[in-house]
Amino acid sequence: MDELFAVLIAAAGGLAGGLVGVGGGVLFVPALTIFIGLSQVEAESTSLLMIVVVALVGAARQSGYGNLNLRDAVAIGVLSPLGVIAGVVVANEVPQRALELSFAALVLFVAYGLTKRALTPQP
Amino acid sequence: MDAERAVEDRTRIWKLAAIGSLAGAFSGLFGVGGGTVIVPLLIFWLAYSERLATGTSLAAIVLIGLLGALAQGIYGNVHVGTGLLLSIPAIAGVVAGTAIQQRIPQRAVSLLFAALLVAVAIELIVP
Repeated sequence: MDELFAVLIAAAGGLAGGLVGVGGGVLFVPALTIFIGLSQVEAESTSLLMIVVVALVGAARQSGYGNLNLRDAVAIGVLSPLGVIAGVVVANEVPQRALELSFAALVLFVAYGLTKRALTPQP
Repeated sequence: MDAERAVEDRTRIWKLAAIGSLAGAFSGLFGVGGGTVIVPLLIFWLAYSERLATGTSLAAIVLIGLLGALAQGIYGNVHVGTGLLLSIPAIAGVVAGTAIQQRIPQRAVSLLFAALLVAVAIELIVP
């Protein structure tokens, strides 16, 4: 029964990934901890593997639909390790709770921006 | 060729570098996929349409996720069998998701993304 839930949540994560262009990790991690019984670190690591598979298939589909700028994508991907190092440094200097709350404020601000854009009549 | 174009290209590279760095930092810090950061920044900074932003984000995530998965794999934290098995329903989901996305208005994608961000914010705020 638990495995069935894990399968359903994995499918939902993929669906979200295809709809809005994220990897689906937000759903994969809880599915792996709660229903498969992995530890947090194992779940996050295994989720990364699933994200790679999902993103690969999703990107291929979007490429077929004409919705992929491969040059920009490679630039973003190749330059991301710089940020990982910066993130680790910041994580060791700033309290985790302060980081969580500031990131929450940031994503809410972005959500407001996207909503405003969606509700503004298109030119 | 002309100077204006060169300046534009240079600005573009810096913006892409900033997006990549931020995505890497946030995925490292919070375990959220880089997509949460990449999609809105492509829309607001580089004037991408929603569909182009989500497709390009997925391709960038392949590279970001691959680096992370390899690093964690070295530490033996990746359950490869479980991950691949659960990838099967996830692949079905992403194929359906991209197909549905082509049939809804681009602005609806923005609204869905805003809803996802609110969910992420709640997850971060609730201890």
